[in-house]
Amino acid sequence: MSYLLTCPNCGTREVTDFAYGGEVSRRPRERPSRRELGAYNYFRRNVAGVQREWWYHRSGCRAWFVAERDTRDNRVLWTALPDEAKAMQ
Amino acid sequence: MSRLPKQPGERINRARTVRFTFDGKPVDGLAGDTIASALYVEGQRTFSRSFKYHRRRGLLCCAGQCPNCLVAVDGAPGVRACTEPLREGMRVEHLNASPSLERDLMAVTDAVGGPFTPPGFYYKTFIRPRRLWPLYEKVLRNAAGLGRLREKQDEREWRSEYRRRHADVLVIGGGLAGLRAALAAAEAGEDVVLADEGAEPGGRALADGRHDEARALAARAAGAGVEILSSAPALGCFDGLVAVWQGTTLHQIRARRLIFATGAIEQPLVFAGNDLPGVMLSGAVRRLISLYAVAPGTRAVVAATSDRGLEVAEALRAARVEVVAVADLRAGWTVLEAQGRKQVRAVVLGAIDGSAERRIECDLLVVSGGFAPATSLVAQAGGRTAYDARRGHFALADLPDGVEAVGAVAGEGATAPEAVPPAVSGAQRGKCFACICEDVTAKDIHLSVDEGYDSIELSKRYTTTTMGPCQGRMCQLPAVRLMAQETGQDLQSVGTTTARPPWSTVPLGALAGPTYEPAKRSAIHARHRELGARVQWAGDWRRAYDYGDPQAEALAVHESAGLIDVSTLGKLIVRGPDAAEFLDRLYPNRFSNLKPGRIRYGVLTSDAGRIMDDGTICRLDDESFYVTTTSSGAGAVEQWFAWWLADWGMRVTLTDVTQGLAAVNLAGPRAREIMGRLSELDCSNEAFAYLDGKRAAVAGVPSLILRIGFVGEVGYEIHFPAAYGHHVWDAILEAGAEHGIRPFGLEPQRILRLQKMHILVGQDTDSESTPFGAAMPWIVKLDKDEDFIGKWALEHAAEHPSETALVGFAMPDGDVPTEGAAVLDERGEPVGQVTSARHSRQLGQVIGMAWVPSPLAADGATITISDERRRLSASVLTKPFYDPEGEVLRS
Repeated sequence: MSYLLTCPNCGTREVTDFAYGGEVSRRPRERPSRRELGAYNYFRRNVAGVQREWWYHRSGCRAWFVAERDTRDNRVLWTALPDEAKAMQ
Repeated sequence: MSRLPKQPGERINRARTVRFTFDGKPVDGLAGDTIASALYVEGQRTFSRSFKYHRRRGLLCCAGQCPNCLVAVDGAPGVRACTEPLREGMRVEHLNASPSLERDLMAVTDAVGGPFTPPGFYYKTFIRPRRLWPLYEKVLRNAAGLGRLREKQDEREWRSEYRRRHADVLVIGGGLAGLRAALAAAEAGEDVVLADEGAEPGGRALADGRHDEARALAARAAGAGVEILSSAPALGCFDGLVAVWQGTTLHQIRARRLIFATGAIEQPLVFAGNDLPGVMLSGAVRRLISLYAVAPGTRAVVAATSDRGLEVAEALRAARVEVVAVADLRAGWTVLEAQGRKQVRAVVLGAIDGSAERRIECDLLVVSGGFAPATSLVAQAGGRTAYDARRGHFALADLPDGVEAVGAVAGEGATAPEAVPPAVSGAQRGKCFACICEDVTAKDIHLSVDEGYDSIELSKRYTTTTMGPCQGRMCQLPAVRLMAQETGQDLQSVGTTTARPPWSTVPLGALAGPTYEPAKRSAIHARHRELGARVQWAGDWRRAYDYGDPQAEALAVHESAGLIDVSTLGKLIVRGPDAAEFLDRLYPNRFSNLKPGRIRYGVLTSDAGRIMDDGTICRLDDESFYVTTTSSGAGAVEQWFAWWLADWGMRVTLTDVTQGLAAVNLAGPRAREIMGRLSELDCSNEAFAYLDGKRAAVAGVPSLILRIGFVGEVGYEIHFPAAYGHHVWDAILEAGAEHGIRPFGLEPQRILRLQKMHILVGQDTDSESTPFGAAMPWIVKLDKDEDFIGKWALEHAAEHPSETALVGFAMPDGDVPTEGAAVLDERGEPVGQVTSARHSRQLGQVIGMAWVPSPLAADGATITISDERRRLSASVLTKPFYDPEGEVLRS
């Protein structure tokens, strides 16, 4: 695995500069059932395709940001700080 | 044997002798020689013994591609003699032959083993009786192989370094085509890197009379700014990143454009005895003559499929080697057999239609079976190949965006008509090797197809063809041809095996080399050294384990005072209008109702309700909190906080001051007096109570002083700018000298905290532990209205009592159980484990903590601990061993 990611603060870097934070998921707003809680904690969609995911610039500015990446070929469609990412659909 | 007269492009320096040893004997070569050229000129013809049959093998490619000249240099196996430059004093030894290269006892497998050693014979023959397999395995492993790794290495001999390089263009291959492409790109203003496996750029041109052109081109390219990496083979392409190994550096190169100029690999022919020393590819002959001025033989026969045969015959004649015959496949002649015991003595040529045969005595058989484009790396980068029937090889058919191919790999320059050689000739005359690395014969491939391994990928795995040191360079095409012949398919249908890294030989140390994390040292580290501390790793940190006597250091904390460096604690400042709410959402307990100047213990839980970290939180003012974390959890907690902050978007800023601040803990019955001497503070219990945090100068240094009690005595944790580390440390020890203060290390701290049953996250808890199980139900405030991380899981956990619980245990002074030892139930079944155990001189007991089934989590219950062969009995405690009600702490 090797590709580039663009940190919204620092610019383009090797992916090894970053920590992967997993796919963006929605935290339940109300008290979930045990099953829902289990799914939220332990299950991932694990898509073969474009997914929205969290990244942390561990060896740089230490900011979290959001990326959309195609898991099949590691093509990164865009990266954005969380506020901007919310606006992107 | 002597050298040829000066060759126009020779690389050797005849004025400088280089002495080395081969199997203990001193040998003289010349500067510029390779190991192989220096040995060849001295008459060495056998360079190795083959993998399975222990047949003699000699120089074949002289280009670092085949397995035949693998030797050990200074004890390290797997070095190719034909490309390894000669160094003064180098110790060269043969591999895989015993007792010597000349007399190899295992060669008997060649004489008798043929019919008994088909592909996979070790699965078929050596399975019964099953209990003997370990013996069989040992014998087989000794018989086969490519040398022996040293069992012991006294010291590190080299370090691998990783280098990242971003460029506009990466050219792989430094032959004429690669040099031209690199030069053109550099002249167009692009940032160009050229990686070439040869000792100098130029490739094939260096040995075929075009050396001046090659060297001039290389000089121009370097002048135009091309970064040329020599002796730098590309290992593989990984999603656009190309790994290049050079000496001790692993270059990780990423370029917008990849230009492959990997050339073409001259192919051997498959005939009886095609592996005899003296059978040599035409390129090898040209290199020996042109670069090293070595005559490869005295009387030569050439068998070729293209003009290369005539060209090499010319070169041989110029080097005064007699060329007796040229068998040109285009004229209907090929070679059927090479004969000789130690090396070629004669060859049998035959008409391809079987109409005629001729035996010719010679000591050199030069073969050229055409060229196979070196497409492997291109294929790893996404290129596709297709069979080119006219040329008889697989050629590039399709390239992805950003990938280009130039030169021979792209089929350029191969205009002369070529004949496609038969899959095998002279098969009934003896062993015809398709794969010389793994000793796979044409017959073996026939057998494997018979057994049902009829696809190229299956055949590869069964016979191991293409899996040896040449990685298919010499055997891929012959194997595909044989497969096509055996299965009646055309070559396109047979196809090739998937190209995988590594394409070139790479030492394991290059890949398994450590990633360097710098060691962290506290600002007071030098003092610990001076005080004679035993320093140990604690995560990334170098910490004082003790100062010689951990029990005495722990006792000093109880009896007078102790001082420990706790700079390794993670330290975060959480500030902003939403800071209190932010912490309320992160921790199961409350911080919004914490008064400024007060401290509260906090345990971080995940959304699964599991304990992640713990620490103390001091409210500095309405909008600021000072959060400490465990030493090893500092990075993870900051990451965790920042993540939720990014998601929630609250008005909070995080500042990590872990490295900026030093911290020491001054604890013990005399700590209050010592504090009083160092600051203006009123340190009375009324004015500075347990869990108060105050800002004041300590020894003149502005500090944050937290009155907490991790070690169980009255204690002050002093946080201050790291630059004053030595000053504050010295001042406290000086002020405490008359009170009997002692510095104490990590180990006494562990004894002291265990006496208080203060958990160590990660030591006493694991990824399954909840605060309920860890005996801290009081920390979870499920009545908090707001949501917090872990709330739902903890609600579930509260409704379903934990099956196991973390408790303390005590036993009479004596054996200390190993951490991790099992706790047994009455039937002797393991039902829990010991997480911490220490001898406590203060208590005169062995104490510890353990996870036990909930019914046993009661004061006075007896548990049995199984530690190796020992059975130890202990009694359970649920309250701290020392000062259970915390009266000392609060005093």
